[in-house]
Amino acid sequence: MSLLIEMLSAAFLLTGGFLCITGGVGMLRMPDFFSRVHAAGVTETLAAPLLLFGLLLQMEWSLEMVKVIMILIFILATNPTATQAMAKAALNGNQKPLVADETDTRGEGSSNS
Amino acid sequence: MLTAAIVAILVTMILALIRAFLGPTEYDRMLAANSFGTKTVLLIALGGHALSWHSYLDVALLYAMVNFVGTIAVMRFFENREQDGTLETEKKA
Repeated sequence: MSLLIEMLSAAFLLTGGFLCITGGVGMLRMPDFFSRVHAAGVTETLAAPLLLFGLLLQMEWSLEMVKVIMILIFILATNPTATQAMAKAALNGNQKPLVADETDTRGEGSSNS
Repeated sequence: MLTAAIVAILVTMILALIRAFLGPTEYDRMLAANSFGTKTVLLIALGGHALSWHSYLDVALLYAMVNFVGTIAVMRFFENREQDGTLETEKKA
């Protein structure tokens, strides 16, 4: 039983760490602000609960577990809110999303095949 | 496995820092700062458990709140700003 919990915790932590790096690479490599905010916001909202749940499985029963659950709920509530506020502020600040126009032929080969 | 997760968080923090230095607009920098703050919360929670610090979760919880309020405040500032850098309320006065 203890080994099972250890393996479950390791799986959660590894998945969370992988999602963390995915969000970081997406934030660095995406072409415009709105895709960057999407990459960072979506992965963070899943990575933080996975990491904290993996941490939760390793702890003993105490008040600390309640605090971890409080951090988890708080991050789950505030992270999408902050992401939405940033996207709204950027849209009101004359940032235009990058969209492919009709005359652009670079993406045609992959999308029409 | 805690170590692997901490290393992943540190790598992500470095990537966010690169975006914060590189970012063409101020929104990119603020996005990187917000992401960096969230990763700091996770780093304090995981690292505190790994190194068995005392009352590290209070610090992490407080950091999450400060990070959220700071992001919202700066974004409200950007939103109410005109193109020349002055606030709308300053113009009306």
